[in-house]
Amino acid sequence: MKGARLHPLVVMALLLGAGVMLAPMVWTLLLSFKSNAALMADSGAAFSGPYTLENYAAILKGSLTLQWLANSLIVATGATVGVLVLSSLAGYGFARLEFPFRRTLFVIVLLGLAVPEQAVILPRHQLFAMLGLHNSYPGLILPSLTGSFGVFFMTQYFRAIPKELDEAALLDGASRFTLFWKVLLPLTFPAQATLGVFTFLAAWNDYWWPLISATTSDRFTLTVGLASAQMNYAQTSGLGFLMAQAVFASIPILVVYIAFQKQIVRAMAGTAVR
Amino acid sequence: MTAALRDRLAGYAFVGPFLLVYAAVLIVPLVMGIVISLHRADLFGRREWIGLDNYAQALGDPVLHQAFGNTVLLAVLIVPPLTVIALLLALALNRPGKFAAVLRGVFFSSLVLSVTIVTLIWRFILTPDAGLIAEGLEAAGRAPIPFLSDPDLVIPAIAVTTLWWSLGFPVMLILAGLQQVPGDIYEAAALDGAGRWTVLRRITLPAIRRTLLLVVMLQTAAQLQLFGQAQLLTGGGPGGASRTIVLYIFEVSFGRWELGYATAIAELLFGMIIALTLLQYWLVTRHEEPRA
Repeated sequence: MKGARLHPLVVMALLLGAGVMLAPMVWTLLLSFKSNAALMADSGAAFSGPYTLENYAAILKGSLTLQWLANSLIVATGATVGVLVLSSLAGYGFARLEFPFRRTLFVIVLLGLAVPEQAVILPRHQLFAMLGLHNSYPGLILPSLTGSFGVFFMTQYFRAIPKELDEAALLDGASRFTLFWKVLLPLTFPAQATLGVFTFLAAWNDYWWPLISATTSDRFTLTVGLASAQMNYAQTSGLGFLMAQAVFASIPILVVYIAFQKQIVRAMAGTAVR
Repeated sequence: MTAALRDRLAGYAFVGPFLLVYAAVLIVPLVMGIVISLHRADLFGRREWIGLDNYAQALGDPVLHQAFGNTVLLAVLIVPPLTVIALLLALALNRPGKFAAVLRGVFFSSLVLSVTIVTLIWRFILTPDAGLIAEGLEAAGRAPIPFLSDPDLVIPAIAVTTLWWSLGFPVMLILAGLQQVPGDIYEAAALDGAGRWTVLRRITLPAIRRTLLLVVMLQTAAQLQLFGQAQLLTGGGPGGASRTIVLYIFEVSFGRWELGYATAIAELLFGMIIALTLLQYWLVTRHEEPRA
């Protein structure tokens, strides 16, 4: 299968599909470089010049977009670091250490995989209101840290590392933590990269939770901020400005994605078969 | 302190931090949800025990029935085509070379966009008022189609938007599954003179059935919770024709402040997702040998 050449009809279908995937993005990009006035007169104007950078200049100057960008970066980075730390610690614990109720606790964690967001989001909103966590970074980050998948993923990864490594290190007089930190953790880098990218992506693009938790506009993440701009479209900003916001908001995530693409695809191979 | 005791303490020290967050931010709300759903409750802490009344109300609520129908229709319009298209793409793109690599990148690309950006783009593709499709129709001498304000077209329009957005992840999963199939099976099949179609049906598809099952289970659960696309593109309109269950939960809780009722609907959705996931798992794996 792998080496077989693609039939010309298949190639045509693939190219057509690629066109359908790309056309909306290219169109968005073109619109973002058009002045709002020109688009007001004729939105078909996107396909011809003159193009301008004024929408991007407007983002950098006046709007809240930069604040939203900062919020998104803080929330997504916080979620990623938190998930990597908690999942690595727990993954090592479940994979390597013996303690009472280990199996039971692991099963309880796995059951979390079956809990959809809808089952907890409203009561969580109540809980966070009681604790005064809304409109704060911890309030936006904490829900991302409950993901069972990271723990499951890291546990699997630690289990796949030969135990002889542990025994050799422990004979040399290393403590459990030194063993974890100096010997095993560096070996898990590919898994960390994959888990990190997907956590960052999910936190960056999350909509439902920040929509109800961050209600003052200076605490919006980019996703929620863009939604509010979209809702107020008629009154305020023009089409070109909206599209420039969309492009601007996609840049950081595209950079992360492209930088880690190889790692993601390679590491996914380990999880897909389970 | 004995070594065994120290090991036990080390165990809890390693798994403890996650379990604390997990208990506080997932398990506590999960239990709270069941309790709240049995109360008449608003967003501001008022509570009155009413037993199963919220659930009874849900069973007789025509708006919820419509939202349920819309949601199921969306899932049916999205999950099977998504799985089939993703499978075909993965089969075609599972090969070395620059051409396949570039196309993989193209088909993965939309998955990094947030729902806000996807709906922003597609709103202006779908709008009859000088949208991308309308421009094309106009060039062909046809009248524009009001996709988002026609009750018969709005669900398919949201389904297409979602397909475009969600394609990358299933393709990735299936590609990963295909790479796990040992190459020597294919060599043996080639030696036996098996044709391409036979290889696909007898070797490839059985080998990745677990991956396909995972894709279907994940996508079903995700699409039954479809929210952002409907909320941002149409607000559930026209006339509730695109209101999904989760959008209704959002309206009931944050529009009408009926937290107890909204939570009861969420619990029903939770039960439905669990039941469907288990059913799909059972249907696919019931003939398999139990795994060691």
